[in-house]
Amino acid sequence: MIIKQLSVFLQNKTGRLTELTRSLSENNINMTAFSIADTADFGIVRFIVPQPEVAVRVLKEKGFSVNTTDVVCLVVPNEPGGLYRALQVLSDNEVPVEYMYAFASENGASVVIRSLSCDKVIEVLQANELQLMRASEIYKL
Amino acid sequence: MIWNEYIEAADRDRLKRLQNERFAEMIERIYYKVPFYRRKLSELGIEPGDIKSIDQLKDLPFTVKDDLRDNYPFGMFAVPQQQIVRLHASSGTTGKPTVVGYTHDDLHMWSEVVARSLTMAGVSRADSIQIAYGYGLFTGGLGLHYGAEKVGASVIPISGGNTRKQLQLLQDFGSTVIACTPSYAAHLGESLAKEGLTKADIKLKAGIFGAEPWTNEMRRQVESLLGLKAFDIYGLSEIIGPGVAMECEHQQGMHIFEDHFIPEIIDPNTLEVLPYGQVGELVFTTITKEAMPLLRYRTRDLTRLTVEKCACGRTLVRMDKCLGRSDDMLIIRGVNVFPSQIEAVLLEMSEASLHYQLVVDRENNLDSLEIMVEIDDQFWSDEIRALENLRRQIQHNIASALGLTAKITLVEPNTIPRSEGKAVRVIDKRKLV
Repeated sequence: MIIKQLSVFLQNKTGRLTELTRSLSENNINMTAFSIADTADFGIVRFIVPQPEVAVRVLKEKGFSVNTTDVVCLVVPNEPGGLYRALQVLSDNEVPVEYMYAFASENGASVVIRSLSCDKVIEVLQANELQLMRASEIYKL
Repeated sequence: MIWNEYIEAADRDRLKRLQNERFAEMIERIYYKVPFYRRKLSELGIEPGDIKSIDQLKDLPFTVKDDLRDNYPFGMFAVPQQQIVRLHASSGTTGKPTVVGYTHDDLHMWSEVVARSLTMAGVSRADSIQIAYGYGLFTGGLGLHYGAEKVGASVIPISGGNTRKQLQLLQDFGSTVIACTPSYAAHLGESLAKEGLTKADIKLKAGIFGAEPWTNEMRRQVESLLGLKAFDIYGLSEIIGPGVAMECEHQQGMHIFEDHFIPEIIDPNTLEVLPYGQVGELVFTTITKEAMPLLRYRTRDLTRLTVEKCACGRTLVRMDKCLGRSDDMLIIRGVNVFPSQIEAVLLEMSEASLHYQLVVDRENNLDSLEIMVEIDDQFWSDEIRALENLRRQIQHNIASALGLTAKITLVEPNTIPRSEGKAVRVIDKRKLV
């Protein structure tokens, strides 16, 4: 259930994000989920790809500073309260979340969740019958 | 006006006899009282009686800033602690500051040279002098303070910063002289205009500006904004503080008070002494200082000397404005900054790499320092909060080490340009020379 997300540190500089996506494109790497967290001076691009280790190698060769981070992917029913029910479970169990972002998939909406205790996230969400995506599933998207 | 005509307009032969006498005594003192110098002189087979003239300086060893660090804090002192009445300190090349001590007579001498300096700028007991240099470990504030008291001027010890109050006292007290860094003077001038005031609302006639490099364009700007005549004062804490040399009304270089400080110009590479008129590194020997006498101290300031008599009547050797440095020291808002100090801070932080670049600029006449730091390729967190914490931690540690707030910008690994494998450390956008 743990999914390897790639994080790339980017300076706020024109064209830097373009270079990143070009490197992925030239190597025929598809992004399943994608988000940017930005500050005044730098941003962190977080994304999920089918073969994380290949993408890490490609990006390192291109001179990007890239890390992998463990995340969990929650499938959210496309209806009012879908996300709320999952977050209520996490807060009831006092599981802290560092950041989240959503992406669209064939099943509807999905949410990437980063926590310092991903195992706990998985445990409590599954105990409450919330649907998580397997690594094999998300990599196939 | 000349404060001490007997010295400042002395016949040069007479001055030299005085220097020789004082120099021979100084060598004797450092030989017997400072183990560091005794060792250096012994290595060359020199004993006190051998030195009779300042012409022999060229054969004697140099002192560098690192020697002061190696003997931190009091190893270079030539007197016991009981005779030290004041301590000052400035930035060292790494974590440790450079410490200087003064005996009672040293403070007396310092006041004398500052009194001469102020008199050169036309300051007398009829004046009120607003001292806007920082008071504290920095020599600027207290150095000017005691010299101004000796002259008999009314001293306003306002210290640095607090621009609004500076402007208020300039108006309310009618200060006729201000002493501060040239960039702060320019900032004051601009703030005056912003308050809707002009130079007609204040009574300044002279400014005593030093502790950082400045150009003649800046001089004209400050003079027109504040309606005063700007004078350049030179000094460094290792030698005494402000008052090592000072510009007179003719502004053809700064007169060096040679009865206390013997200047030489050397080629910083060959270390050979250069003749008058040639540009090289300025070296000082303090022949009267008791607490911490220095033999051939390398200032790292690049300038040239002239010995011609000045139109003001003074016969003292003059030095040009400093043309630069022979090391990598920067002066930012009057604070000495060595890139190695920043390296020492980063060394202690695992999430930052040792690749950094300093960008120094001057905005609205105030120096700004930005430090670009490459994040460590391996150990960075992908959480904004952690990276922001890292940035703030670096900023905090730099501020404690340097006494200067810098903008910290985290950048990608391998983006700071390297030359010969070493990062290009400093980009100074200020046009100071």
